[in-house]
Amino acid sequence: MENTVVSATNFNAWFGDNHVVKDVTINIEKNQCVAVMGPSGCGKTTFLRCINRMHELIPGATAKGSMKLYSDEIYTMNPIYVRYKIGMVFQRPNPFPNLSIYDNVIAGYKLNGLKVPKADLDNIVQKSLTSAALWNEVKDSLHKKGTFLSGGQQQRLCIARAIAMEPEVILFDEPTSALDPISTSSVEQLFHELKEKYTLIIVTHNMQQAARVSDKTAFFYVGELVEFDDTKQMFTAPSDVRTQNYITGRFS
Amino acid sequence: MDARIGIRNTKSILFKSFIIFLAFVVTLPLIIVLLYIIKQGVMQVNWHFLTHVPAPEGEKGGGIANALVGSLLIVGMSSLVAIPVGILAGIYLSENPGTKLAYYSGLCVDILQGVPSIVMGIVVYFWIVKPFGFSAISGSIALAIMMLPIVIRSTEQTLLLLPPSLKEAALSLGVPYHRVILKVIVPCGFAGILSGIILSIARIIGETAPLLFTALGSNYLSTNVTGAMESLPHLIFTYATSPYDDQHDLAWGASFILLMFVLILNIVTKLITRKWKIQL
Repeated sequence: MENTVVSATNFNAWFGDNHVVKDVTINIEKNQCVAVMGPSGCGKTTFLRCINRMHELIPGATAKGSMKLYSDEIYTMNPIYVRYKIGMVFQRPNPFPNLSIYDNVIAGYKLNGLKVPKADLDNIVQKSLTSAALWNEVKDSLHKKGTFLSGGQQQRLCIARAIAMEPEVILFDEPTSALDPISTSSVEQLFHELKEKYTLIIVTHNMQQAARVSDKTAFFYVGELVEFDDTKQMFTAPSDVRTQNYITGRFS
Repeated sequence: MDARIGIRNTKSILFKSFIIFLAFVVTLPLIIVLLYIIKQGVMQVNWHFLTHVPAPEGEKGGGIANALVGSLLIVGMSSLVAIPVGILAGIYLSENPGTKLAYYSGLCVDILQGVPSIVMGIVVYFWIVKPFGFSAISGSIALAIMMLPIVIRSTEQTLLLLPPSLKEAALSLGVPYHRVILKVIVPCGFAGILSGIILSIARIIGETAPLLFTALGSNYLSTNVTGAMESLPHLIFTYATSPYDDQHDLAWGASFILLMFVLILNIVTKLITRKWKIQL
């Protein structure tokens, strides 16, 4: 248990009257890559967005229950601090179009007005881009706009932007659903390297992707966490019949 | 069958020629007006014309320096007030669509946009000119109110077009709301906001009605904003209706200058939107 980074206990979330996450209890351990899968509308993205408190930004959205980062209750922490500690990568690459590649990586420092010496910033940029497997492709064009990159490169830039803040956890909301297969595989390869340093939580539609990249898989169905187990176990011998039906493609 | 296709093709060609013809016809009045103003005005413009005040009635020469300075001052003061207020209101409207306040202020903006400029003049006349006397400031206030709806709507429309993912990206990095707006949203919509501002300036620089009974007009070069002041459209109005030919010439020259102002502002807007457009 002392390895637990994120833990939810009886966690619920609503959009207005619509109960989208129901009584979820889950413990996510350090340096693991956890895939969250399930059919559309099962609440997996909402659950992810509850972890860094992005859910509550939508008008009418509410959440209740315990969500902890280590032993600290996330919902009593300052949301700004929560988002420093828990980074996020979105479905579509969203680099800041007004910033250069360099500034995009350090956007977390720049936009927050944190004063960091230039040499340290250079260091952060190189380290983050290297971790995101993008350094070699962009090291000669750091001062071009981030939007000049291809979709896959933009997504890795967004990953570098999240890494630059040295978070504990990085959330991925269907990070490859807007990418072509080659970009997808380069991002998937990244997950293997990233989990050495960070804890990754990845929402995905794609079962093969969950099987390829994750250590553990959580299966959500109509707002409930049906099953949470080692990925291998889950894909070979699921304990719940709904999981089995989903994996074998009997419903989607 | 062939004959039918032939008829159809002829119809298409006729229709196409017709709309091309109409497109040409609508540009014709504009070109004629422009050419006429340029023809009448361009001869008047020289350094003397730009740096001297109008000559006394019946005398040759003189210029429009008082009106130039006055117009720049009055429009400058209006911009100083209307631009920050307009941008902030526009940000509110784009950030909070669907709220009651946004609905009613949006409605007010639309109504404000439709208020005839002479009515704006009357209102300012009773509010400010009656108690304090004619002044450039009162003219600026009337023009600022006219600028507001344009700045507000263009800011709002520009910001509404930005994808919500941009804001989420910044928020997910722990950036507080006010910095998200000031450092991400506004810079990304900068070209659109700026072109709205320039268009609003182009719109009010030629307004005459609200200045008639606020800034009033003056024959002297004045930079005292609490007193009466000349402006380009007002100078055109007074001198064009005077009986002296020399004053007609001044009015034509001033029209030409005004036209150039508006033309340049419009071209600058086009350049800005093209050059600084941020690729999303």
